Amino acid sequence: MPQLDFANPLMTTTLLWLFLIFGALYFVLKSYALPRVATVLENRAARIRADLDAAQAAQREGEAALAELRAATAAARAEAQATVAAAMADAQAKASAQAEAINARLAAQVDEAEARVRAARDAAMGALREVAGSTAQAMLARLGVSAPARTVTAAVDRAAKQGAR
Amino acid sequence: MAAEGNAIDALGQFVLYPALGQVGSAVGFTNSNLYMVFAGVLIVALMVYGMREAAMVPGRMQGLAESAYGFIDDMVVAQVGEEGRRFFPFVFTLFMFILFGNMLGLFPYAFTFTSHITVTFALAATVFVLVTAVAIALHGRKFFGYFMPEGAPMWLAPIIIPVEIVSYLSRPISLSVRLFANMMAGHVMLKVFATFVVMLAGLGTVGPVLSLMPLALNIALVAFEVLVAFLQAYVFAILTCIYLHDAVHLH
Repeated sequence: MPQLDFANPLMTTTLLWLFLIFGALYFVLKSYALPRVATVLENRAARIRADLDAAQAAQREGEAALAELRAATAAARAEAQATVAAAMADAQAKASAQAEAINARLAAQVDEAEARVRAARDAAMGALREVAGSTAQAMLARLGVSAPARTVTAAVDRAAKQGAR
Repeated sequence: MAAEGNAIDALGQFVLYPALGQVGSAVGFTNSNLYMVFAGVLIVALMVYGMREAAMVPGRMQGLAESAYGFIDDMVVAQVGEEGRRFFPFVFTLFMFILFGNMLGLFPYAFTFTSHITVTFALAATVFVLVTAVAIALHGRKFFGYFMPEGAPMWLAPIIIPVEIVSYLSRPISLSVRLFANMMAGHVMLKVFATFVVMLAGLGTVGPVLSLMPLALNIALVAFEVLVAFLQAYVFAILTCIYLHDAVHLH
């Protein structure tokens, strides 16, 4: 096996060169190549962190704005509701006042009409009594009974009162 | 290196010879070292050329370089803890060097420097020396308490201490033999089946048809070897991290 041919002087020199090459590679990587990669990775991590922070700040800001908007909307709605309620109460009051006025006028008209009806009825009843009195006297005269006019009128009045009931 | 006659020369691919002509042979620079340099240049190219834009949103090369960095960084921090960060460049160099060595070795005519036990043992010994130095520097004399676990009964000490010392000393051996054996076995198999393809293809009319079988097997083997190349580099790196954890925390 060539790997165990320790008599070969190239075995030793290969190892010496191995240490030289490995050492040089270690030196180049440690002092130049790897710190550059580390810088790039750190920069990227810092950038990502900063962007995340900015995004979180923006989110908080947005949430605050949203809360403000909600509060403003709620206030506006409450105000509008109050306005609507006031307007409705106002309109109701006006309407009921109007209705009352109309009712009062109507009641007055009804009362007036009733008074007129009553007067007309009384007048009619008065006329009827006169007619009844004169009719009763005429009938009594035809029957040949003489009675004082006052008595006849009283009797007719009595009968009329009973009949009116 | 191909089949000569009926012989299968599976080991010829592991022979060291001087690279870079006269200069190389004067300083003992071998084909193995040449591929080490290739691996190193490719790693530096990936990490420097790949990161040249240092873009906020990485492209493909930068993504690969950053993935490699993040992969080893996560491994070191997960295994050793935050104080293991200062070993990160070493573990990263080790992982990338072995990974690129394994992967480069899969190219035809390439030399696999991780298939040499001396190379893998040199790397494992470096890890062993580093781990022991770190443990002694951090814990001083208390480090030797590592060989006698706390809570174990005193009368077991004569058994436990030698066992612990042997297991500690065998770490570089298991580390190096695992990588070496995996790489060597894979490359021998690839070579043997590749030789079968050539030998069967020469067997008259049915030969080329029959040679399709080892060819298919070799294709599957190459895919498997890519997995092994990555896995062995990973195992080497993660065992290094576990040893470093022991050195930093003493259990």
